[in-house]
Amino acid sequence: MATEDRGPAPIERPEGKHLHAVPDDRLAVVGKPWRKIDARARVTGQTRYADDLSAPRMAFCKLLRSTQAHARIVRIDTSAAEAMPGVYAVLVGKELPIAFGILPVSQDEHTLCIEKVRFVGDPVAAVAAVDEDTAWEACRRIVVEYAPLPVVSDVFESAATDPQAPAEHRIHDYGRVGNFHRQENLEFGDLAQGFAESDLVREDYFFFEGNTHLPMEEHATLAQFDPDGKLCVQSSTQTPHYLHRALAKVLAEHVPAHKIRVIACPNGGGFGGKSDPFSHEIAVAMLSIKTGRPVKITLTREEVFYTHRGRHPVLMRSRIGVSRSGRIKALDFESHLDGGSYGSYGTASTFYTGALQCVTYQVENYWFRGARHFTNKAPCGPKRGHGTPQPRFALEVQLDKLAVELGLDPVRIRRDNLTEANSLTANWMRIGTQSLRQCIDKVVDGSRFLERWQKQPYGKGLGLACSSYLSGAGLPIYWNALPHSGVQLKLDRSGLVTVFCGSTDIGQGSNSILAYVVGEVLGLEPQDLRVVTSDTDLTPVDLGSYSSRVTLMTGNAALQAAERARDLIVPHVADKLGVPRNRIGFAKGRVFDVGDPDRGMPFADAVQLAESKLGTLGTTGSYRPPKSPARYKGGGVGPSANYSYTAAVVEVDVDPETGIYKVPRVWVAHDIGRSINPCLVMGQVEGSVYMGLGEAMMEEMSYRPDRFGVHKIPSMLDYKSLTSMEMPEVTTWLVGDPDPNGPFGAKEAGQGPLLPMMPAVANAIFDAVGVRVDEVPVTPEKVFAAMELARKGKDPRVGPTRTPPVEWPEARRVRTPWQGGTGLEIEREQEELAASRGNGPKGGA
Amino acid sequence: MDRRKTLGEFRVNGERREVAYEPHRTLLEVLREDLGLTGTKHGCELGECGACTVLIDGTPVLSCLTLAQEVEDRPIETIEGMADKGELHPLQDFSAELGASQCGYCSAGFMLAAKALLAANPAPTRDEIRAALAGNLCRCTGYVKIFEAVELAAAKQRGEPCTPSRECTHGH
Repeated sequence: MATEDRGPAPIERPEGKHLHAVPDDRLAVVGKPWRKIDARARVTGQTRYADDLSAPRMAFCKLLRSTQAHARIVRIDTSAAEAMPGVYAVLVGKELPIAFGILPVSQDEHTLCIEKVRFVGDPVAAVAAVDEDTAWEACRRIVVEYAPLPVVSDVFESAATDPQAPAEHRIHDYGRVGNFHRQENLEFGDLAQGFAESDLVREDYFFFEGNTHLPMEEHATLAQFDPDGKLCVQSSTQTPHYLHRALAKVLAEHVPAHKIRVIACPNGGGFGGKSDPFSHEIAVAMLSIKTGRPVKITLTREEVFYTHRGRHPVLMRSRIGVSRSGRIKALDFESHLDGGSYGSYGTASTFYTGALQCVTYQVENYWFRGARHFTNKAPCGPKRGHGTPQPRFALEVQLDKLAVELGLDPVRIRRDNLTEANSLTANWMRIGTQSLRQCIDKVVDGSRFLERWQKQPYGKGLGLACSSYLSGAGLPIYWNALPHSGVQLKLDRSGLVTVFCGSTDIGQGSNSILAYVVGEVLGLEPQDLRVVTSDTDLTPVDLGSYSSRVTLMTGNAALQAAERARDLIVPHVADKLGVPRNRIGFAKGRVFDVGDPDRGMPFADAVQLAESKLGTLGTTGSYRPPKSPARYKGGGVGPSANYSYTAAVVEVDVDPETGIYKVPRVWVAHDIGRSINPCLVMGQVEGSVYMGLGEAMMEEMSYRPDRFGVHKIPSMLDYKSLTSMEMPEVTTWLVGDPDPNGPFGAKEAGQGPLLPMMPAVANAIFDAVGVRVDEVPVTPEKVFAAMELARKGKDPRVGPTRTPPVEWPEARRVRTPWQGGTGLEIEREQEELAASRGNGPKGGA
Repeated sequence: MDRRKTLGEFRVNGERREVAYEPHRTLLEVLREDLGLTGTKHGCELGECGACTVLIDGTPVLSCLTLAQEVEDRPIETIEGMADKGELHPLQDFSAELGASQCGYCSAGFMLAAKALLAANPAPTRDEIRAALAGNLCRCTGYVKIFEAVELAAAKQRGEPCTPSRECTHGH
């Protein structure tokens, strides 16, 4: 083999933490558009999703769901269902009295409702039967008697809950008061001074309607309780580890944690909608225990709408103060999240509405107040962008308004406020690499924004918006000191390297990322590795496919495991070749002397050599994100190992007669650090543009308040989303500096590029027809209504004008880095100071 | 409900298959549950999403809205019949190449709809591709990589150059 056939020269003894600095042309696998390792299965119909599974003697499960939005359960009579031929078991709530929930602070769900139901669609009973038709019919024969309770349908009704009302009028019995779930109040810096120093202060109100993930695959689960007392649950879940924990908790009396195995099937789309543990998953597990049969459930599309956990409707008030030149001196931001009927990820969602504004733009003084309300609707939770698209919409539209008011342009006001690389924000988020300026330049130049903005004919418009997003949450969902991601490698004599990792591929390509990273380090092609993932019996824990954490965290864990594997092999090959260890390289399936590449051996021989000296070969790697300087209470949401940045320009073409508009083109630039696989990053960016446009233009979860919380449109036909006809042409740039905290310099791609789409559309509408729609979705009806206002000489704006009254808890005040703060609340700073002066821990020795 | 089964013969992917099935069952159910061909997916079972698209006589139909009885003895093509003796159809090949199949759940429906398009129109424009695929929803890709895969597959079938552009795989 000729030397030049061996591809790029191998990396000479790099340590993982410096790999971001290796130039692209020195990498053989990373940075190349490889096929996904499972691409063939996905295009030939061989990928086995949860509903594709079946087992001998399998029973089918159906859930009976509440027809009431809020009611006490007076009586459940299952006798007629149980008497039906073909019914194996009926399950009701009191059989599983232990509550669960994704966050430790909101363990407020039961597998099946026990005392009350909280939304139309809340699961009340479950049936296992010989087939689906029988299970449906049995559900129909279950009699549930309800005593209706007052229905809370939005944040205003929630805030108006009478504190003297009977306790059962509250949707939950926790939360500070009434139907508030959370109320947070955080102040960074000196707001009064910031506003006093401002030349211009604006106050605006915004509303972002809820919307849902709408994954193509409906949720499905197969549970098998085997004769040895072990339970196996295969499910369309993004978070097998968290499902494992929920099953262990709820089924504690039936099966211990170590006998529960959760396998996440390849997900037919997730987008955050499969990241909670769900009633249907626990119900089939219990029914399998009860019947001794495998039990499967597949939700209908209508049920997927009730299962939800999607985007929170958020009502916002934003008061911003800027200097004459547009520098942000103070931001006072208030959000009201309509959480629906359960906690879900809502505590995190609440903090996320305030976490990332300062990561994009320098805000000198920042005040965040966020309230999450319980309402009698399907529970909201995390959807792509989790809690950050709503405040992003508010801030980016408000900046646009400020630019116009100050006589600046939308580009300048953003460029002048950008955060800097390697800096701290007012709320103590630590930024690493930051290439947003480059992103803005790309989309502004590409779209000829400055030449066209406010210069096109009436009806044609361009809108600009920017964003930032985290590459994985800095903290796990439950407090612990364990790794967030683990990888094990098994090195076989055949030369096969098997990668074991608990991560879950929901279509983004996370299985392939493992193969790319390990393949790069060990000089192997991705297709030559075997990857085993998302099986709690076989694979080390990875926390799950959420918060855009998977590439960064599993990538770093895989990198550590692969480097350790190389370290096992190198000394033995070096001895055999009689060269120093730092001259051993790995490339093209060989291990060799980099000084004389013809001297070496196939990878398999190197493995055998090492195994003969060391015994069976295997390594582990693990990853925990760096400690955050945000030490104040509430500072656990927002920190990340690094942040991605995105800028986008959207073009609209509005029909002045009807308000109907089209989006013919989008320009988007994403700061990815370095792409592990640019083609997969392109897919994430384009998919984010699509999903963001859907939210911007048409997607909404809407309920009938006058019909007691019934969902208006629980079907794919009526829940409008973009089809191939509406999808614009997209011009994409991937830019950035490799980030030291990412594997090979990588940052996230799956969520950030969605964020600018909604405000960019609203800003483009303003440019086109001079009206403001301060609400998402920006529907043609709203555009038309705003144009009508303009014609009548009124304020051409459609949007909310108030937020509900709230008695906020006292603010936790934190000094900013430039005030000399420590990342702690002022109160705790003083305690620490007192302790360090010798007034500290008393008593004891 | 009358649950007595009827015996039918189906021509699936060039093979004759005898099935005893309940006469009210849809083609989707017979394919997935009686014939074990789970490559055909369902996203709604109401004819809204296109995931269950198969070809009958070469024409895309929604198998969730088709009674199995209606299509006995007519040629049915599913995703499992698209590759030829292990060699991927160009639509499959370019879908794999570009990541046009992210989660993959809608892919069978898309590729079969696209196959019918290319059979009728070997050189479709982007707008013709959009129109032909308008009945199939995809939540992952934003359709962009799907359009590009169809265009490259069409070029390959015409014997023209079909290398993905750098803009497609790396951006501008």
